[in-house]
Amino acid sequence: MLHFSDLLQYTDVFFSGLMTTVELTLLTTVLGIVVGSSCAAIRQYGNTVSKRIVAVYVELIRNTPFIVQLFFIFFGLPSLGLKLSPWQASMIALTINLGAYSTEIIRAGLNSIPKGQIEAAKVLGMTFRQTLTRIIFTPAFEKIYPALTSQCIIVMLGSAVISQISVEDLTYAANLVQSRNFRAFESYLVTAFLYLGLAIALRFLFNQIGKRLFAYREAR
Amino acid sequence: MKRIVKLLSNTLVVAACFSALNATADVLDDIKERQTIRIAVPQDFPPFGSIGKDLQPQGIDVDMANYIAKEMGVKLKIVPVTSANRIPYLQTKKVDLVISSLGKNPEREKAIDFSTPYAPFFLGVFGDKKVMVDSMSDLANKTVGVTRGSVEDLELEKNAPKSVNVRRFEDNNTTLTAYLSGQVSLIATGNLVATEIAKRQPNKAPEAKFMLKDSPCYIGMAEGEVALQTKVNELIQKALASGELNAISMKWLKAPLPKGFGA
Repeated sequence: MLHFSDLLQYTDVFFSGLMTTVELTLLTTVLGIVVGSSCAAIRQYGNTVSKRIVAVYVELIRNTPFIVQLFFIFFGLPSLGLKLSPWQASMIALTINLGAYSTEIIRAGLNSIPKGQIEAAKVLGMTFRQTLTRIIFTPAFEKIYPALTSQCIIVMLGSAVISQISVEDLTYAANLVQSRNFRAFESYLVTAFLYLGLAIALRFLFNQIGKRLFAYREAR
Repeated sequence: MKRIVKLLSNTLVVAACFSALNATADVLDDIKERQTIRIAVPQDFPPFGSIGKDLQPQGIDVDMANYIAKEMGVKLKIVPVTSANRIPYLQTKKVDLVISSLGKNPEREKAIDFSTPYAPFFLGVFGDKKVMVDSMSDLANKTVGVTRGSVEDLELEKNAPKSVNVRRFEDNNTTLTAYLSGQVSLIATGNLVATEIAKRQPNKAPEAKFMLKDSPCYIGMAEGEVALQTKVNELIQKALASGELNAISMKWLKAPLPKGFGA
């Protein structure tokens, strides 16, 4: 027998959990892509030292588990005197994580821009800034946009882990409700559907933004 | 016919046994006569009872058993028990006393008698010495770490002020880490967990602030052994007054007896 009605009294717990997850996801997506774009640009066009630094960052994050990174920031850093709240620690961990993965994805996009295209922009007298945004980044982003979208959704789903450091996100809500009424099946099923809904909404949002960003294609 | 005779005689034998038991019902006299007291202690529940490196039983319960035997002037025979069989051992008269981190509850009270408490066992709020908290209402606007779904979590949810920020962690170890790393300066947990911290990081040993749920350990004995119960209670009172109980608590729990213990 299923007892979904037992969850009704916890509606606001689920809702506030959902809001925390949404808030963190949106914030870290924006910040993560900014970090990723900067690091990708450095890795592609920077000098040797900065390239090395970015490479170390990317490989360090991509080759260690997210939960270890999170625990290091939350439980480890206080011994160096840096005490972050659970929310701050999660925000930083998620941003760093998405930043590293998106660096590689965006770099693939930058790589795909033929040198001739950049040279052509120079010849036409475009400024450095114009070249960077219009000739390099926009077409590069367009190429890797689906991969970047997926990575952001993966990070959103992976954010479930932050409930381990007592951030009251959606998974925390599910765990809490489950520990109160022992309706594991119902709690986690509802939570799974909420994550599914969130992922679909996020994908839709990305598609809408993509249409605007790459509108020049249709306008041709 | 033969069968009926056999049945009758068996019944008689059993009845005789019972009356024999009744005749020597005073366990205290038996102990004195035997010059040995048989005490059930755990061997799988540190710091109450476990097997030490020298393969000898050790712990609070063992120290307590030694104390009782010494004060009574009799030899001690330690009988290792598990938490499941400690009460049956008492009921079948295989032991005279059970000193096995035994808590009181109504079901047990129907089956056996209890002494006054001899060791603390409680859920409480613990924390840094610098944090001034003495009661539930002092928790207002403070952050408390707790293991999700534990009894202490439910107690906090039920009784703590609304403004308390409860940070729930996955398991006891994560809660401990949160305290040790300084992420929370108060935690709600059991006194044994606090002892564990005191052992691992003596300089960060948390102080007991107040109790959420008190369930001290009592010495168990067969029902109706008034003489024995009086004697045991007397010895516990004596140990409490002389500081012996506190010394045992300091030795094994790394913390003094809670205020008002045994009162």
